Amino acid sequence: MLAAALFCIGMLGVLVRRNALVVFMCIELMLNAANLTFLAFARDRGDMTGHISAFFIIAVAAAEAAVGLAIVIAVFRSRGTVNIEEIQTMKH
Amino acid sequence: MVVDVVGFLPHATIHLPGPFRYLWLQPICCANSPPRMSPEQILFWVFAVATVFSALGVVVLKNPIASAMSLVATFFFLAGIYVLLWAHTVAALQVLVYAGAIMVLFLFVIMLLSINDVGPAVQLSFSRLLGAVATAALLAALVLAFRKLPTSDLAWANDPARLASFGSIKEVGAIMYTQWLFPFEAVSLLLLVAIVGAVVVAKSRI
Repeated sequence: MLAAALFCIGMLGVLVRRNALVVFMCIELMLNAANLTFLAFARDRGDMTGHISAFFIIAVAAAEAAVGLAIVIAVFRSRGTVNIEEIQTMKH
Repeated sequence: MVVDVVGFLPHATIHLPGPFRYLWLQPICCANSPPRMSPEQILFWVFAVATVFSALGVVVLKNPIASAMSLVATFFFLAGIYVLLWAHTVAALQVLVYAGAIMVLFLFVIMLLSINDVGPAVQLSFSRLLGAVATAALLAALVLAFRKLPTSDLAWANDPARLASFGSIKEVGAIMYTQWLFPFEAVSLLLLVAIVGAVVVAKSRI
């Protein structure tokens, strides 16, 4: 499939950057890459179950974004930063 | 409106998906010049390149708001690709949920926190270098894996009735509310829990 190449390059762009809130946007990008492959294979096989999967991924992504951003706000309140380099409490 | 698509589907005139149906009153490619790209392929490449570049913009841009805007552009281009993949319903959902709801949430949080750290977007460090190398390896592995995929003949697309209903809201809804009813309800519960959880976590004092 032609979409496969796009999926790979999307992945590349997603994983390189490690910074602040942008990490969350990158997670959204990865979910979209998964969506794209689902839809591409659905088109390829003529099977619409992939569309259902894409729908569920979108719903879960919405939930994840809400919870994740709430956590970011909470962390920002207590630490005053959103730089992931400076948030190391859980490091042994 | 039927457009003859040369070299994309084996032996077919296909119906263009809904919103694009009226874009080409005159078919762009002529039937007797085989290697020309079909309008679908041209559109796909336009959307694909645009998606990749705006996705890179998300990663590279310094300002979080600029990143968010680039992400919106990515979602719109992806929605275009979804339409080309006969997934109109998911494309509409993509624009509504992602570009509409999720991005507003992101922008809201970015502006609420008013982050103004103006360091370089990507600082070099050992772990980041390692991450970049791992990403490159993953990309190579994925490219190899995708190249080994069997090319499908898209035989099902020769059935006009199936092609006409593929990806329509009616069909997707029929599958979702019969075969996938329980997961659907579970997702609604998940969304409820997520909303309540988000409020609880973000609230300063309960």
